[in-house]
Amino acid sequence: MAATRTLARLATRRTAVRPALFTRGLASVADTHARDPISKIAEKTVPDAARKPIPESKTSTVKEPEPSKDAKIKTFHIYRWNPDEPSSKPKMQSYTLDLNKTGPMMLDALIRIKNEVDPTLTFRRSCREGICGSCAMNIDGVNTLACLCRIPTETAKESRIYPLPHMYVVKDLVPDMTLFYKQYRSVKPYLQRDTPAPDGREFRQSKEERKKLDGLYECILCACCSTSCPSYWWNQEEYLGPAVLLQSYRWIADSRDEKKPERLDALNNSMSVYRCHTILNCSRTCPKGLNPALAIAEIKKSMAFT
Amino acid sequence: MASQRVFQLGLQRAAAPSFAKLQPAGRMVQRRLAATQSVNSAEGHEILAKQRLQRPVSPHLTIYKPQITWTASSFNRITGVALSGSLYLFGFAYLAAPTLGWHLETPSLVAAVASWPVAVKIAAKATVALPFFFHSLNGFRHLAWDLGIGFTNKVVIQTGWTVVGLTVATTLYYTLLG
Repeated sequence: MAATRTLARLATRRTAVRPALFTRGLASVADTHARDPISKIAEKTVPDAARKPIPESKTSTVKEPEPSKDAKIKTFHIYRWNPDEPSSKPKMQSYTLDLNKTGPMMLDALIRIKNEVDPTLTFRRSCREGICGSCAMNIDGVNTLACLCRIPTETAKESRIYPLPHMYVVKDLVPDMTLFYKQYRSVKPYLQRDTPAPDGREFRQSKEERKKLDGLYECILCACCSTSCPSYWWNQEEYLGPAVLLQSYRWIADSRDEKKPERLDALNNSMSVYRCHTILNCSRTCPKGLNPALAIAEIKKSMAFT
Repeated sequence: MASQRVFQLGLQRAAAPSFAKLQPAGRMVQRRLAATQSVNSAEGHEILAKQRLQRPVSPHLTIYKPQITWTASSFNRITGVALSGSLYLFGFAYLAAPTLGWHLETPSLVAAVASWPVAVKIAAKATVALPFFFHSLNGFRHLAWDLGIGFTNKVVIQTGWTVVGLTVATTLYYTLLG
């Protein structure tokens, strides 16, 4: 992979002969040193980041504290990793809960485990109604918000909860979102204008212009879509990912913004947008029902036809 | 809020220090059994850098639910590599054949295939036909997506399974009848 990238860099290096039109830069994130290893010696002593979690069959099960007679016991396998024991492998810890005593959503189950069974379980949560995007995680194989995901009532099926896929784990279900937010910052997610409003008051939009922002402004940046994208898994350092591209398009499509050419120019390289291979996991998984893949397609179209 | 409570309790205890009064205090103040220490920002950064080196990557491909979206996409990539790879291989072999004394001309290939048993013929045709038809049919979906058409979840699932069905049908037709 590194070798092909080096070759591609050599191939796209600007020469006197080749017109600049056909050359494309590679990196979208200007700070390429960010992905250098902090220390080569230290990196060797570090446990393998891709180490597999210990399966639930080899770990203990934490049981429902006081099961009643007609209890509806369901098993949850939850990914655990403790940074205080850094050399240890992540593991799948099992918990059983009585669904009669648990709220309807996955987040209720997690909160109940934390309150009543195992206070060391760590996860992010805030609004419990799908507007903050904190509790994004991989539940039963699909990225979603735990607060919007119902617990399947059939007790025979066991549920599995992982953190968002292919992210560095801070602890248990908490992923490190630093890079994601850096990427969001890199698309300049704010109105850029040089000219003042004609009437000196507001930047007005027609109803049609406003309508273009529907399906874009609702994004809560939970990163469910980005972390469901295999392209983003493999090229996280340079590909911006569906969520950030949807946000980028939200400002490209905004009639009040005057920096559309600059915005498109910043994306016009082989990595920022064009690592999107229309896999469409993003639109499939979005817990808010948005369509990041369509937004990316619109970006590609506006870049191709200008 | 919590700090206020602690402050008030401290005042109470200072006013009337006694061991009997410690018990109800436990009810009001959350007891933190973990030891904490204050660090300055440089030390904090060092701890963070050390922790970042140790972090595992959360599981991805192995735990994500197989869906028509990404399974079809990966199959599209695999079939594309297989088809173009075999085309390149054959092309270069054909180019080198006269020097190396290989017989890759059409008549000798036809004769060679004709001498195979029927089962091998069918298997060979299927292994070529399946990737070819899948990649070709899936290509239409990608062309539509490049024009910004067919992005709703329902349409993506429907067209995906339609391509799978058509691939099976055309492959069977080509291997057994065509």
